[in-house]
This record gives sequence, structure tokens and C-alpha cells, in this order.
Amino acid sequence: MFPTPIQNYSLKINIGYRVLLVFTLIVWLLPLIAVMLTSIRTFDDVLAGNYWTFPKETALVSNYAEVFADGKMAGFFLNSLIITIPTVIGTLFLSSLAGYSLAMHRFKLNLLVFAMFIAGNFVPYQILMIPVRNISIELGMYNSHLGLIIFHIAFQTGFCTFFLRNFIKELPFELIEAARADGATEWTIYRKIIIPLTIPALAALGVLEFTFIWNDYFWALILTQGDTVKPITVGLDVLRGQWTTAWNLVSAGSVVAALPPVIMFFILQRQFIQGLTFGAVKG
Amino acid sequence: MTFWERNQLKLAPFLFLAPAILIFLIYVIYPIFDSIWVSFHEWNGMDKSGVRGNGKPNWEFVGFKNYITLFTDDEEFYVSLFNNIRWLIFSLLAVPIGLALALFVNQRILGIRYIKSLFYFPFVINAVVIGVIFTWFYNPKYGALTLVLGFFGLDPIPMLADENLATYGIIIASFFPGIAYTMILYITGLTGVSREMIEAGRIDGASGFTMLWHVVLPQLRPATLIAIVVTLVGALRAFDLIAVMTAGGPWGSSEVLAYKMYQEALFNFRMGYGAAIATILFLIMDIYIAWFLYRLFKNERSEK
Repeated sequence: MFPTPIQNYSLKINIGYRVLLVFTLIVWLLPLIAVMLTSIRTFDDVLAGNYWTFPKETALVSNYAEVFADGKMAGFFLNSLIITIPTVIGTLFLSSLAGYSLAMHRFKLNLLVFAMFIAGNFVPYQILMIPVRNISIELGMYNSHLGLIIFHIAFQTGFCTFFLRNFIKELPFELIEAARADGATEWTIYRKIIIPLTIPALAALGVLEFTFIWNDYFWALILTQGDTVKPITVGLDVLRGQWTTAWNLVSAGSVVAALPPVIMFFILQRQFIQGLTFGAVKG
Repeated sequence: MTFWERNQLKLAPFLFLAPAILIFLIYVIYPIFDSIWVSFHEWNGMDKSGVRGNGKPNWEFVGFKNYITLFTDDEEFYVSLFNNIRWLIFSLLAVPIGLALALFVNQRILGIRYIKSLFYFPFVINAVVIGVIFTWFYNPKYGALTLVLGFFGLDPIPMLADENLATYGIIIASFFPGIAYTMILYITGLTGVSREMIEAGRIDGASGFTMLWHVVLPQLRPATLIAIVVTLVGALRAFDLIAVMTAGGPWGSSEVLAYKMYQEALFNFRMGYGAAIATILFLIMDIYIAWFLYRLFKNERSEK
């Protein structure tokens, strides 16, 4: 095995390796395969305890239609989009500004500010819970999309500033010096030099942040009430209570809730992995 | 030259940083101190100047009372703390398992790219969906676990209904995204492992496990460090899966500090008590924060 290439082994081992690989993959994905199969089963099929067999009678359309039937699921899905997209854009904007400054400007408290962003990023959510909830209530943003968006932007700015500062620091400083000598303003440098060169990092962070925010459960639980603002994570938990043992519906709902990040992952896999493994090679 | 043109290099950092710092101070830094302050009070979350039905004020300074109660008069606190320790220890298994899987799939064969991404993608699935899937998986009546056990002629194990097993059941569910993540880290790390050093190791007679331990692993150090840090922080943050799978039950046996804090503050209206739990959790996390910052600034300095 590694580090020896499999091609150096006999044909038998080569075939064996491939069989074992596919087998491991199927076992690994078994829970997800079961959910996908169950999401197209009829309720009778579920009650009969059929798990792994391919459903005799598929109920793809009727199950998914029923999941969206009472309109709640569609609402939760829409809420997730309304919360996630502005958060990603807002976070990237604020943290690219801050990252540029921390990477390229010399001033006294530079390292301290940088340390603050990093440290804040590791803080347990519970130490923020009571005050953040109270701030939201006082500002009239409790149970609103905006309340969740602003909080997410604030918290995610820590991680993104850390990431972007380190990325921008690797860019050639001479470029900026030359632009300054030519009389370019700092804002122009940010817009015309930094942002275009930072696009790969912004793309990587964008997909990563989309996933983090879409998958948030805790803050949605703390900062919302009722069904009007809830994103799909909390929404799925609510609907699960209504569907109880209708596992076909629970499964279909789960697939819907998981889908956007999964699609994004498969389309933008390279960016995604670059974002995740930032620092894993060089450290 | 205008004032701005003369001074922009001095002023720009503040203007560029102001929005991020401001919002971060309000929503992250200030709440930390506020929570610590709340932890020295008894507070039911209502208007601070108001009075409760029994004549006591809503908001009252009590010094270290919340902490003393936690340590001397709350068995649930120790259950939660102990569960946190179990999470910390057992979730680390995701690191060697992720490494093993990464080594296993790290071959150049047809279609390997797609196989790798199929291994990775549980990472992007949210905890509610993972929780729902595993709750169903453990269901003693219809669950897959019962089916598998039945196949071997064994009785069903009620994973989540058993006080001693519930926490392990949830930790196992957390492996699904957790291992996917460590695997991604290691596969990326393996692309940076130097061929020359492996050849050199081979000439020196290293193979199999000695090769892994003495030649490959040292080069994977950055990946291992990140894998451990992220896994530990994740273990201390464990909340979503517990809320979805057991709600801390049965009888509080699967609670962790994060979940207990949420319960005390929002369901028992003991904000001060909840804040004290959060403060303890924060102090535990500080060990990692301090270590991470120390490492970072050491690197920062060595680069100069």
C-alpha cells in the first residue's frame, strides 16, 4: 500500500484493492444510501421494515410533494437562503477589508487586533448566548432574519479575517508599494489590486461559509421563535416531530435540508478543499 | 495635497478595520465579559430592576454562589463535565481513522477523484440531518442496527435510551462528518509528502509501519495538528447532535456543559447559573486558544 503505487503489485492485488475500495465506500455511505432510498418509499414499505431493498413501488414525487405540501418546508428553505447569502457576502466584504489592513499596514496594535480575531473564533457559543440574545432583543432584531445575519457576519468575520490576512500577506508587497508611489489611494489598491488577486481565497471561503451558515442550528434556535424566520435546520427538527414515524417523509425532508451544501460541494470541490485545508500542508 | 492624501497611510488601517472590529467587539468580545459578569448574579432574564413574585429582585449580585453550587451541589454538572471528557477523548479517534482511510484511498487509479469526493461529502451535511439519520439507525424497533444485530441472532440494543450508551451513540454519529474532515486534511497533506524522503527511507530499509511512523507521519505534522485542534474544539462545542438525538436524555445522562448551559438559561430561567457554566466551558477552551496563539506567533516571529 501507500507509498508504493498499487500498480507495482500483482494483478490479483490490484483487483482486490479496487473491490475493497468500492466496498468500503458503500459501507461508509450506507446511512445516506438508506435515507435516499427511504425518501422514495411508500409509507407501507417503511412500515414493512424494508431498508436496503430497492423500493418496489416508488413514491418519489408524492413524498417530496408532501414534504412541501403545507408550505412550511418551502418557508424554512427560503429563510435559509435569505439568511445565508447576505451573511456570506457581508462577511467576505468586512473580512477582506480587515484582512488587507492587517496584512499590509503597519501600526502599533496590528498583532493584537489579529490575535483578537483568532481567539474570538474559538470561543464556545454558550459564552456569547445570553448577551447576544439580549442585544438582539434590545435592538429589536430578535426573531428577524437581520438579527441572525448580523450576528453570523460578526462571528464569521473572525475566521475569515484570519484566513484572508494570511492569504494577502503572501501577495507581493512590491505591487502595493508601486501603486502607492503612483498615487493610488488605499481604496483603489484594495479594489483594483487586492480583490482581484484574492479571488481564489474568496471563492474558497465563500463555499465554506455558505456551508457553515446553512448548517447552523444553535444560533437559529437561540435567536428565533415560531416558524417565520427559522432556517431549514431548526425547521427540519420541528417537522420531524409532526411526521413522527413517517420515515419516508423525514428522509425526504432530510435530503432537501442537506442538498444545497452538497451540490455546492460537488460543483466547487477544489475551492472547498482549498479553504478547508488552508494551512494543513505548510502550517 | 489634501488632508486625506497626506495622512491616508495612517488613517486607512483604522477605516478598513473599523467595521469588522466594531461588529466583532459588540457581538463577540463584549458578550464574553458580560457573560462572566452575569455569572456572579442570580437573574431570571427579566427586567433587571424588577421584582419577582416572591419579593426577591430579578437581578441580584451573589458573588461566587453559582460556582459553589455547581461544584458542590449539582450532580448533573459532573455528569456533563464527565461527558465532555468522554467527547474529548473518543472523538479523537476520528484522527487515526481519517489517516487510515486517507492512506487507503491515496492511489492513482481510474475514477479515484470521484471516490474521494464521495468519501468527503458527509462533512457538509448538517448535524440535524446526521442526528435524524442516526436516531433512526438506532431505533430499537425499525432501526438498521436492530436489523444487523437480528441478522446475527442478537437482541436489539436501545442505544439512545440507555443511560450508559447514549453519549457513545451520539459520539459515533459525530464520527461521520468528523472522519470525513480528518480524511480531507490528510489526503491534502499526503500530496505534500516528499517522494525523495520516501525513497531514502526505502533504501534505509524502512517499510510498512516503520515507514509510516518515521518518514510519512513527521511530514504530516501540520495536518495532524489541525485535525487535533479542530476535533477537540468540535468536541467541546458538541451541542447540535445532542439536542437533536436525545435532548440530553435519558434523565440528563447525555448532557454536556454546552447543553446544560442552554437548558438552565432558557428553560429554567437561571441566567446567572447558565452563565457560570458557560464561563467554565470558556476557561477550558482558553487552554486551546492560548496554545494556538502561542504557536501562531512563534511562527510569525520565525518568519521575520
